[in-house]
Amino acid sequence: MNKSVDKDDARTAAKKARDGRNIALALGLVAFVVLVFVVTLVRLGGNVAHPH
Amino acid sequence: MSKTAAMTPDSVQPDASETARWQDYFQLMKPRVMSLVVFTGLTGLLAARAPIHPVLGAIAVLCIAIGAGASGALNMWYDADIDRQMRRTRGRPVPAGKVKGEEAASLGVVLSLLSVMFLGFAINWFAAGLLAFTIVFYAVVYTMWLKRWTAQNIVIGGLAGALPPAIGWAAATGHAPLNAWLMVAIIFFWTPPHFWALSLYVTTDYAKVGVPMLPVVKGAKETRKQILLYSLLLIPICLSPVLTGLGGPIYLAVAALGGAVFLVLAWRVFASKAGDAADPRVADRALYDVTEDEKAAGSKAARNLFAFSILYLFALFAALLGEAVAGVHPLELLK
Repeated sequence: MNKSVDKDDARTAAKKARDGRNIALALGLVAFVVLVFVVTLVRLGGNVAHPH
Repeated sequence: MSKTAAMTPDSVQPDASETARWQDYFQLMKPRVMSLVVFTGLTGLLAARAPIHPVLGAIAVLCIAIGAGASGALNMWYDADIDRQMRRTRGRPVPAGKVKGEEAASLGVVLSLLSVMFLGFAINWFAAGLLAFTIVFYAVVYTMWLKRWTAQNIVIGGLAGALPPAIGWAAATGHAPLNAWLMVAIIFFWTPPHFWALSLYVTTDYAKVGVPMLPVVKGAKETRKQILLYSLLLIPICLSPVLTGLGGPIYLAVAALGGAVFLVLAWRVFASKAGDAADPRVADRALYDVTEDEKAAGSKAARNLFAFSILYLFALFAALLGEAVAGVHPLELLK
């Protein structure tokens, strides 16, 4: 009885940890995409303003 | 948990990598070291006093921080065996069983590539090259080679921790002149007295795992002498930025006053018996020669120098940063 409760607790903890990792990874990827976009705008904008 | 238990359907239990939280992976990147690197890298970037788009400046600092974090993760992967045996490090994610070693290594490699490539594409390839050199120097030259081989490990390996200001400067200007390398030299010569002061009161842990820290290999007395010698070298180097057009009057005041205190504290360590009680060379003698009062005084002297060294480095870079932001003109006493 106690063993199955322990297993459930462990599974719940593992799921919570996995959800947290997935959210952190998703946020990291979104941040990376946004950064690449912003860098492109800044560098492209600078070169358009000063082509030479 | 054994592999057999993990693969039996009725007794499926999550292993370490399944229960690892994102914070455990973040800890692999040594956030405290990252914050110091952000600070010194940002100071280098702003002390260059060159126009740089704020977004690009922020991205340069971010890349430096991620690169430092990547080398931290590689260090934690490689050093897990000795970290497990030392009090100070046994709670780290890999030795504590929260994250698998190969995951730490993968994270380190991926973040290394990402930070260097992004810095190169977004800012310039000179800064990216310096960052790549820093990561390889810390993860391979220091961690895999110097650390377990020579008592000069932290002297030479300290170069990796010293380079961020030059990377910041290179990110802002595309090159790294003398003043950028003076900032590197300040951190480089600051590292030995800082770490050896710490090692004087945690010697037994390093000895236990066979890491040849100076007190373990050469003894406490030699370490105290080396601390004083490096401190005598450090202070003139800290003062030199006022000769070369890097530091202004605020920096001069901080470097001179803080340098005087640093030398007094280094002298106190030299004159103390810090580390003698734990030194096997004098252990028998220490039972008679080192009184409890002397042991406490020695330990206190080493702790004081260690704590003040952190404050001194912070104050020096804060002065450079503050002067650059406030537009205070640097002194050029050589001209």
